[in-house]
Amino acid sequence: MSPKVKEVNGRELKVENQEMTGSSMLIQALARENVDVIFGYPGGAILPTYDEIYRTGIRHILSRHEQGAIHAAEGYARISGKPGVCVVTSGPGATNVVTGIADAMIDSLPLVVITGQVATTVIGTDAFQEADVVGVTMPITKHNFQVREVDELPRIIKEAFHIATTGRPGPVLIDLPKDVSIASGFFNYDQPVDLPGYQPTVIPNKLQIKKLSEAVTKAKKPAILAGAGILHAGGSKELLEYAEQQQIPVANTLLGLGSFPGTHSLSLGMAGMHGTYTANMTLHEADLLISIGARFDDRVTGALQHFAPNAKVAHIDIDPAEIGKNIETAIPVVGDAKEALRMLVEENGEAPQIESWHQQVNEWKKEYPLWYKEEENTLKPQRLIEMIYEETGGEAIVTTDVGQHQMWAAQFYKFDQPDHWVTSGGLGTMGFGFPAAIGAQFAEPDKQVVAVLGDAGFQMTAQEMSILQELNLPVKIILVNNASLGMVRQWQELFYEERYSNSLFPIQPDFVKMAEAYNIKGWKVEEPNDMQAALKEALDHEGPVLMDCRVTKDENVYPMIAPGKGHHEMEGIKP
Amino acid sequence: MKRTIIATVNNTSGVMNRITGLFARRNFNIESITVGMTENPAISRMTFVINVDDERGLDQVIKQLYKQVDVLKVRDITDEAIIARELALIKVVAAPQHRGEISALVEPFRASIVDVGRESMTLQVTGDQQKVEALIDLVKPYGIKELARTGITAFKRGTKKSDFETPKYSIIN
Repeated sequence: MSPKVKEVNGRELKVENQEMTGSSMLIQALARENVDVIFGYPGGAILPTYDEIYRTGIRHILSRHEQGAIHAAEGYARISGKPGVCVVTSGPGATNVVTGIADAMIDSLPLVVITGQVATTVIGTDAFQEADVVGVTMPITKHNFQVREVDELPRIIKEAFHIATTGRPGPVLIDLPKDVSIASGFFNYDQPVDLPGYQPTVIPNKLQIKKLSEAVTKAKKPAILAGAGILHAGGSKELLEYAEQQQIPVANTLLGLGSFPGTHSLSLGMAGMHGTYTANMTLHEADLLISIGARFDDRVTGALQHFAPNAKVAHIDIDPAEIGKNIETAIPVVGDAKEALRMLVEENGEAPQIESWHQQVNEWKKEYPLWYKEEENTLKPQRLIEMIYEETGGEAIVTTDVGQHQMWAAQFYKFDQPDHWVTSGGLGTMGFGFPAAIGAQFAEPDKQVVAVLGDAGFQMTAQEMSILQELNLPVKIILVNNASLGMVRQWQELFYEERYSNSLFPIQPDFVKMAEAYNIKGWKVEEPNDMQAALKEALDHEGPVLMDCRVTKDENVYPMIAPGKGHHEMEGIKP
Repeated sequence: MKRTIIATVNNTSGVMNRITGLFARRNFNIESITVGMTENPAISRMTFVINVDDERGLDQVIKQLYKQVDVLKVRDITDEAIIARELALIKVVAAPQHRGEISALVEPFRASIVDVGRESMTLQVTGDQQKVEALIDLVKPYGIKELARTGITAFKRGTKKSDFETPKYSIIN
């Protein structure tokens, strides 16, 4: 076999079948997988790999905490569609990425995580910086490996990338003991992947597609619930085509925002706990509910016994285990969302006769739009998001943490394009949004990336401002600062008789000074009237910025489905 | 409802851990698990006896098992012609004057006496669950000092009806 030469960041890497060390194999394999950036943090057990990173010059982004590295890898994966690669050391290095792995698992993001491990000779002896990382991450990875022999390494890396990126994407972890990374072995990366126990169904069953198509034709009140599976499959164009062909209204899940243009006349906005009244009522009244790449999370469905009571449910998902997990499904379609939608478009079934349904939906839209009260002398967080939308022309990549600011961003930033939205949906991870924005910026260096964060969540991973400083990475940090754990505070107000236990911050750091400490330009905005101008200035600034936006402290997110309630029982639907 | 499920899995380290972890975190209720090598040493065979509420619960168990990369094949064989066997070791309190009585019980069950001590006897019985339980019930009055059961391991019978390869379960209805 002739040696291949590959360029990685301007350096030539010889890629060929030859004798080399485990850590060398790892870097070679990453080059073969077209990995252009690694997020990580070095340490004892992973030193041989870091030596190889140094020697080959493969691009490595040094976070200041492993959690920052893994969330950056997630943001990179979500926006680029490529697997995010994260390298950390054993023990604490590995346990520090656990949150990010769990986050990627529940939100189906492809990651390959490489953790150092103590030498195989001392595994199980409670050695220095030893932790059973394979055991710890077993339930929160799609699959994980511990490399016992250096000769297994090429196969394992190849399988890891294959498993992470195919089927329903997810995180795969490789635990690499130090002695294995030093040992010499034969590098052969040309063996085909052979995993008899892992054969995801990509092409849906034609008969099921036909059945679904016929059900649509007969439906009186059809609705589509579009989830992130469409984004992972790259099927937004097909969804638009299909929805327009059949004139079916489309609701999005939180993670699915952008899979259908938010300003389209068939768009209902987001469904779920803080979704639009229209989206929720449409799902509630629907007689045919087509869920595509969504998993009926409890934040979407509300109380299951009230969910879509009149609907026949069709569920398109690449993961068969999601079908029927929460909701009884009449028409299951296992396969890739893009393929399924393409086949549905091709099927070109007769469009349903649903004028009165459209009328009803449009009435809801007109009668119950998203709302908030404008008040003098206070900046409404919803207005802030609207301003960001206006100032960025809806073109920015927006990332968030979890909580009120996340819901407002989801409600008021009308995502018209796919892959412009990174948020922690399933796990609801504070501290996610900022490092995820860093990863997103690496995936799309020329796009504007705006991290919309709460003042609490930002403080969980604020140290990653170092990356912005070091690389002059132009991420725009916008703090929706209400000096509280907003969503916790809201629940305490509504369900705990205003006992604000540990949710209000009596003191806060000076965020502008914090930014300045990292040589990042900061703005503090307290006057609502100053906001627009400051925002414009900040977004136009070339390097990284931080905006500390003081918003109304006791603003709540509405409308809302209270816990245990159904879609038809939304509260706060009108001013 | 009680179901017997067999799975063939890669015989790799940690595979048992993956499966039991899956059952625990998904809130599946297992009555027994047995595992052992098959005719192919790279592949192990697991037999689960599980308790599920309904068809959907069963469906989830099977689908979640299938999601594991190391799981090759899963079948619910409850309603098929199967041979299901369990082995139990029962240490019964047996004063010398009771030994004859207990020995007499052993025979119809085709069990065997594998150890005799001064105050006890150890019986070994193999069979389906009902048979094993029946013997345990019978010797209970003498006093059981120790009991160890392997759990069910099961096989489809060699002669079968025509639909052998049609899985009982399908994701497409």
